[in-house]
Amino acid sequence: MKARIVERNQQPFGRVTIDPITLDIIESALRNARFEMDAVLYRTAMSPGIREQHDEFPLIADREGRMVVGQFGSFIAGFLNAYEGTIEEGDIILLSDPYKCEGAISHANDWLILQPIYFGGRLVGWGAMLGHMTDVGGKVPGSLPTDATSIFEEGVVIPPVKLYRGGELQEEVLSVILNQVRLPHWNRSDLNGIVAACRTAERRVIEMCERFGVDTFVAALDAALERNRRAMAELIKRTIPEEELTFEDYICDDGRGVGPYKLKCTMRREGERVIIDWSGTDPQSEGSINFFLNENMFKMFFGIYMIMVFDPQILYNDGFYPLVEVKIPEGTLLKPRYPAALSCRTHGLGRVFDVLGGLLGQRQPEFLNAAGFSSSPHLMYSGYNDRGEWYQLYQIGFGGIPGRPVGDGPDGHSLWPSFFNVPNEFLEAYFPLRIERYETVPDSGGPGLHRGGNAIDVVYRFLAAGEISIHDDRWFTYPWGVNGGLPGARSRKLLIRTDGTREHLPSKCDHVRVNPGDLLHYVTWGGGGWGDPLARDPAIVTREVERGLVTVEGARRYGVVIDRDGRIDEAATRNLREQLRAERGTPPLFNFGPPIAVLRERCLAETGLPAPIAPIFKQA
Amino acid sequence: MAYRLGVDVGGTFTDLLLIDESNGETFRAKVPSTPADQSAGVLEGIRRVCAIAGIDPSAISELMHGTTIATNAILEGKGARVGLIVTDGYRQVLQIARSYVPGGLAGWIIWPKPEPLAALEDTVEINERISARGETVRPLDEQSVVAALQHLKRRKVEAITVSLINSFANDAHERRVREIATREMPGVPISLSSEILPEMREYERTLTTVANSYVRPTVARYLGNLVRELKHRKIGARLKVLRSDGGLMSFEAAEHAPVNLLMSGPAGGVAGALWAARQAGFENLLTFDMGGTSTDVALVEAGEPRVRRETRAGDVAVRASSLDVRTIGAGGGSIAYVPELTRALRVGPRSAGAEPGPAAYGKGGTDPTVTDANLVLGFLPAGLLGGEMKLDREAARRAVAKIADAMRLGIEQAASGIIDIVNEHMFGALRLVSIEQGYDPRDFALVAFGGAGPLHANALGLLLGCWPVIIPPSPGVLCAYGDATTRTRNEAARTFIRRFSDTSNDEVGRMLAELAETAAAALDAEGVPRSDQTTIYQVDVRYHGQGFEVPVPVEIESFAGDGMRAVAQSFDAIHRRLFTFALDVEHEFVNLRAIVQGKPPLVRPNIIAEGDHDPSGARLGETPVWIAGKAISAGLYDRARLKARNRIDGPAIVTEFDSTTLILPGCAGEVDRFGNILIRPVRNPGRS
Repeated sequence: MKARIVERNQQPFGRVTIDPITLDIIESALRNARFEMDAVLYRTAMSPGIREQHDEFPLIADREGRMVVGQFGSFIAGFLNAYEGTIEEGDIILLSDPYKCEGAISHANDWLILQPIYFGGRLVGWGAMLGHMTDVGGKVPGSLPTDATSIFEEGVVIPPVKLYRGGELQEEVLSVILNQVRLPHWNRSDLNGIVAACRTAERRVIEMCERFGVDTFVAALDAALERNRRAMAELIKRTIPEEELTFEDYICDDGRGVGPYKLKCTMRREGERVIIDWSGTDPQSEGSINFFLNENMFKMFFGIYMIMVFDPQILYNDGFYPLVEVKIPEGTLLKPRYPAALSCRTHGLGRVFDVLGGLLGQRQPEFLNAAGFSSSPHLMYSGYNDRGEWYQLYQIGFGGIPGRPVGDGPDGHSLWPSFFNVPNEFLEAYFPLRIERYETVPDSGGPGLHRGGNAIDVVYRFLAAGEISIHDDRWFTYPWGVNGGLPGARSRKLLIRTDGTREHLPSKCDHVRVNPGDLLHYVTWGGGGWGDPLARDPAIVTREVERGLVTVEGARRYGVVIDRDGRIDEAATRNLREQLRAERGTPPLFNFGPPIAVLRERCLAETGLPAPIAPIFKQA
Repeated sequence: MAYRLGVDVGGTFTDLLLIDESNGETFRAKVPSTPADQSAGVLEGIRRVCAIAGIDPSAISELMHGTTIATNAILEGKGARVGLIVTDGYRQVLQIARSYVPGGLAGWIIWPKPEPLAALEDTVEINERISARGETVRPLDEQSVVAALQHLKRRKVEAITVSLINSFANDAHERRVREIATREMPGVPISLSSEILPEMREYERTLTTVANSYVRPTVARYLGNLVRELKHRKIGARLKVLRSDGGLMSFEAAEHAPVNLLMSGPAGGVAGALWAARQAGFENLLTFDMGGTSTDVALVEAGEPRVRRETRAGDVAVRASSLDVRTIGAGGGSIAYVPELTRALRVGPRSAGAEPGPAAYGKGGTDPTVTDANLVLGFLPAGLLGGEMKLDREAARRAVAKIADAMRLGIEQAASGIIDIVNEHMFGALRLVSIEQGYDPRDFALVAFGGAGPLHANALGLLLGCWPVIIPPSPGVLCAYGDATTRTRNEAARTFIRRFSDTSNDEVGRMLAELAETAAAALDAEGVPRSDQTTIYQVDVRYHGQGFEVPVPVEIESFAGDGMRAVAQSFDAIHRRLFTFALDVEHEFVNLRAIVQGKPPLVRPNIIAEGDHDPSGARLGETPVWIAGKAISAGLYDRARLKARNRIDGPAIVTEFDSTTLILPGCAGEVDRFGNILIRPVRNPGRS
């Protein structure tokens, strides 16, 4: 650890044994405080990305920076390892440089606030929160340039700085930063909200120290972490085999016509420890799809997935970290060398989750979920409205949730925690556009015993001349199905000009000019199917046809034949199911769709876009 | 001679409170509820309470009613089949909802998605389009409306919601659809989103209006039955229903917009708690209503309960004003368990409910519940409801032993743990309405009621530092008190999204005056003379660019001068209190509101006989309890025999017909002349 922590009270914390009930109470109180952090930010933020969609992540950590409550955290250790200054009472740190915190945040749009919490002159914990800023400057509105080749093109990159020093706001630091961005009043108010949320964490922790005594509080955090470690050790032993498991998946392209890029992960167990190795992952991209993955961050992803898949009763925290070893080779997509561009890391982030799901469920198909993360798809739309004012939209979209052991994947819902869509009436009131249709796409969810969720088709009518950017993936490879389930549909983007011209837009693009009246179909991906579609109750398939979620033609993929009156034809259904069963034989555990060579061959015909060129990597 | 009647229908009992308006004298009755048709129990109760008072039912002039019928329709999934009419392109508005998946990262793996309140196959699109500014982009295609209605007719829908895009800005199309629907499907109730919730955000507006349609036939049937039966019995009383926000609404308004009744029941509890606490001299309150499966808490500041813009019933969260009552799924029936891997003690959210109930009820339950833990610790007497219901102490011990074994603790230790954990849940809920809204609980008194509230209240007083803890007499009929003592109230509001620089003091003042007139007219119609009406004003404000607004109370006279500057200053102060900072950003109005209220009714509280400090006249004996890790002896008292000024030192247990009060060591309860028990710490008052 490079950072030096300054405490005016040097007395070591007293050793106290903590009873399990007090521990539970402190844990509940911390959890309440963490939800209160969210509430404070939602109510005060201004950017739609945070106030409507909740692109932000809070945590409360112990004095060493280990997350005790939170969900997307673990950034403190990376910061402490890299920061060369002092941490003092009254300081609040701001940072956005992934290279100055070991990738604990992964692109410069995420502004991270770290608040050391002191009690009686000693550091007792941390409050921290990051929020995605709609704009941080740079070469393109929204600051996610698909064609960047270094981080210098991606806007203002903030090294760890003291935004507050001894409780005093460093106005000059802030003004230098805000001078670089397109919507400074949004950044300022969002940042204010994040600081207020961290101060809320501070207040709650101090109250707990007063209520329980500081020694008890510190001991409780240790005990909560230790309790998680014990439970996870048990879970790991029960569910992860000693033999090696491997899974690989792809990011379709890098926004520069090159792809797909492979992510490969291998997992094995030694005693109660898991070793996860990303060797075999492709080298870093020249473009901006690199995802600087912090090892601790990945441990957290792994831990939460383990818990959700196998035993959702366990309360999640960082306690189990010593049980997991993560190897990420340098110079790869997941650990690019400085100053590689990082802004469009969302696709890699999404794919890491699909890989994790594929790895963990391989040996226990009853726990396996299908694929569903394209990425966190974005639309940016900016320009000057008819009053001559600058408008700039950053909007996150949603696809289909994969088919799951517990049931169908919801249609058009979020795989990311706590995210909401933006109300269309809100968009229409504040931006020069109209949402002509907002619906899910029938048949886009992968057929299965449990159907994958349908994609969404959002139809934007632009009402002012401007520029759009798009960030999405899974347009070339398929969201895979499992246990006999079929893949979900791929994403696509279609721009229809006022003269009727149809343009298939790439899934990643910037600077696309749009004019009043132009229509954009922003179609996301469908979730993969789970289990045998031929075993799905035909009554459910029929009802879904009636609901318009599956078409009559689509029902045939379940082997269900529906007559002209919308009723099931039982004899024809029996025959079709028999025939399909005979044709396909034993379904594979994973159904990835056609192999990549075939996808390439058919790409132009099927997607309207040329196939990506396979990446050529220089030997490292 | 005029009488007012308050009626509260609970899960088990229907409570009635009759008030003689000439002198404030009260009469009470309690009859079993009749869940199949609640009006039967109500009518029986009316007969009973009138007999007690020795009056003819026709002497009742007003019947005030708090009801859970709307909430239950949603919780039990027994509402109407709703047909939903939407703008072309928006058929899946409820299917997609807000795309939100609860449960944090990877929560999608286990989340069961609830079915929408209006089924997709009962949702139809029509051709029309209004812009965000209210202009007509595409005129209404009436053919498409007729076709849509034909479909809904075939689907046999029982109620219709019309929710068109941007109808909050222009409701012409929605109104025209209603005309056509009234013609095509006579008798089917139609709810317009532009009437139920004229606000931006299509999902929330649609959901709220669909929820209205969903409960409407059930509510109309119930209230209609009641009114018919009252007429049949020549009871000419005007029926008024308690709204979620604590005001009273006419029977007709309730039938039209029942989505405003979802919190009617809890609102009665808050009003009753306020009434009781006022007698004891307190107006800053935290109310704590703990029942078998859930607990409701709320904050009352200076006699005014906080109101918020969301109402929740199970999975359904609608945008309708309600008292800020937070409900948590923990109560006497909450089940304790120990997950195998972490060995942590958890209580709830699973509940043993009424069937089978806690193990101690002897109805087949074997899971350890909070009630079982209370029994193991000696806090509950061996019989409930005045001895009508026996408790099985051995069964409770067997159930709690499961926890004790899993945690390697003694049975009493495990039971204490269960109580501590459930108290912590309650503490969390009370924090939500107090600390997290910027209030210090130490400035508030805690009023406890409901079957289990008085058992846990003293412990919560210690946790929160709020004193006294007030246990009103007969905590069971408190809701009926609330119903009967509520003022008639009407509210008129309009959305007015305008930056301060885009409007003037003059304009705001004029609009508030218009709203006050509208609200007053409704009270006129209900026969409240202007001389008895009082008006208060509120404006909802935010910083331009924010998504949430904060209500700011204002005086209408101030807008003759620079009232807006005062609003800005108040808002900044509130923002600082809630969120620790204020911004140098322009302020923006969101809503303007005028609230007109009638006169509070005269109610004379019961005065009990006066005694001295010595409570021994009510003492039944001693009973062993387990507190703070050891067995001690607690005094056992009969509440009915307590006299004013009696002082009971903890540890003590006070029993009455439908509730039990626990007074902890180091605390003492004093009885006031209205029969309230006021618990305070003996030393170091005010701090925990």
